[in-house]
Amino acid sequence: MGVGSGRLYAAVAAGGFRRYATYRAATAAGVFTNTVFGLILVYTYLALWEERPHLGGYDQAQAVTFVWLGQALLAALAIGGGGMENELMERIRTGDIAVDLYRPADLQLWWLAADVGRAVFQLLGRGVVPFVFGALLFPVALPREVSAWALFLVAVALAMLVGFALRYLVALSAFWLMDGTGVAHMAWIAGLFCSGMLLPLNVFPGALGEVVRVLPWSSLLQGPADVLLGEADPVGVFVFQASWAVALLALGRLVQSVATRRVVVQGG
Amino acid sequence: MTDGDGAAAGGAAFIELDGVEKVFDVRRKTGFLKRERREVRAVDGLSFTVARGEMVGYIGPNGAGKSTTIKMLTGILTPSGGRLRVAGIDPSRERTRLAHRIGVVFGQRTTLWWDLPLIDSYRLMHRMYRIPDARYRENLDRCVELLQLAELLEVPVRQLSLGQRMRGDIAAALLHDPDVLYLDEPTIGLDVVSKAKVRGFLRDVNAERGTTVLLTTHDLQDIEQLCSRVMVIDHGRLMYDGPLAGLHEVGESERTLVVDLERELPPVEAPAPARVVRVEGPRQWLAFPASASAAGLVAAIAARYPLVDLSVREPDIEAVIAKMYAERASA
Repeated sequence: MGVGSGRLYAAVAAGGFRRYATYRAATAAGVFTNTVFGLILVYTYLALWEERPHLGGYDQAQAVTFVWLGQALLAALAIGGGGMENELMERIRTGDIAVDLYRPADLQLWWLAADVGRAVFQLLGRGVVPFVFGALLFPVALPREVSAWALFLVAVALAMLVGFALRYLVALSAFWLMDGTGVAHMAWIAGLFCSGMLLPLNVFPGALGEVVRVLPWSSLLQGPADVLLGEADPVGVFVFQASWAVALLALGRLVQSVATRRVVVQGG
Repeated sequence: MTDGDGAAAGGAAFIELDGVEKVFDVRRKTGFLKRERREVRAVDGLSFTVARGEMVGYIGPNGAGKSTTIKMLTGILTPSGGRLRVAGIDPSRERTRLAHRIGVVFGQRTTLWWDLPLIDSYRLMHRMYRIPDARYRENLDRCVELLQLAELLEVPVRQLSLGQRMRGDIAAALLHDPDVLYLDEPTIGLDVVSKAKVRGFLRDVNAERGTTVLLTTHDLQDIEQLCSRVMVIDHGRLMYDGPLAGLHEVGESERTLVVDLERELPPVEAPAPARVVRVEGPRQWLAFPASASAAGLVAAIAARYPLVDLSVREPDIEAVIAKMYAERASA
């Protein structure tokens, strides 16, 4: 991949960013929703940690921080949907995918770039406000060192890759199913549960906990949160995330090549 | 025009198809858990060549195999059999390399970025096709001028009218100076003024740049105004390949002679194969083969009947093609 392709995919990412930046009312509505969800979860967690202090190894401030982190990352990582997968599935269903395929560009890299652009916008546009709101109104546990924040951002970047790789696979299922809505809904529910969005994964008991902590979704929220809260070795988290990213992106490439070679492109 | 014509006359085959086939497996439910597999031959032994700089119309009814052919020519679909080359490249094997040399406009789809201003899509093309900066500016300026896009560049694509969007799409397909342009229904849904603009621009591009154009359409005016050659495809086979005028003979089409007589008379007795098809007061309609001369027929009628006025109507090309399809279907 040369400088030329680097500039192409940078342009695609910039476009992805600006597309979402266009819809200001939608962004404002999203910020409001994330803040309200955050409040509901915070009061639930406060009640829970009041009853069971140090549940899952977190103190109350850490649990509250976890909630606002989740709300800050929910849209950016499209854990509950809202990423590129809807658009890609629709393009496969209608046959518009033909337009993407005759271009001199790589399909997976193209959509990755567009999704990263979207994710960065949603991190800034939808993530920052609920997080600051929560940090100002509730007791939170945040690091003071810049280095800890830098490590957190690396974990978030890797989470974006894993999140994309999972949703790309979901979207490609539309080549066979035509309507991938069912698969997408299942993936979103699995994502909400297995990423720790409902409850931190270190709270999950026994075998269930063991399993969810090694699934790829734990790269999305649990990983970055533990890096920021100082609850895990950052290098270990990065290796875990990067391994899933590489494996899932490679699987995506494989499925993509089978799909584009064997499957009919719809419509005239 | 000289450029385009010279290239067409002297150029070797630029698009080459030799016995190309595309077979789809269609599974049909025939009962509980029972499925029947059936082969559908969308393209069935198609052979033709197009020279560099030619502008060829490619027509046929819905489902004839037009879009399948275009998809194989872009490399999106792999042929099931036969040999296919565009600019010496096997499209499905070297799709990305070929992509730099072709431009595609699907009238019913868009390559433009829906939520963003038109100019953003062009900047993306600049990067995607690695167009040298000076070349990009020159081509963009030209397209903006000829397709009247100046006021639209900053408008988000979703706010453009269909005609504006189509002009935007055609510009997007030409910024990288493609050697060949595939147009799939480029005037579908456009008003008369927009159609004229699009056709005029395509004529210019072909004449000045010698761009080879393969045009799929249901609008025969597109073909009449742009293409010296037309290919008719049906059921995946080539039924006709030649000048548009030649379709009349193949389709055994008929011209119509309308005569106004001095008074109401019984149907005139015209020399065969001409025959009266309609009588309305003093006016009568006679059908005769398009290949036959009207002069002899007119003289024969004038000699025996009180002729006041007459006119000859050329066959309707759409009727000719409809007749071809119908004959094929009943054969």
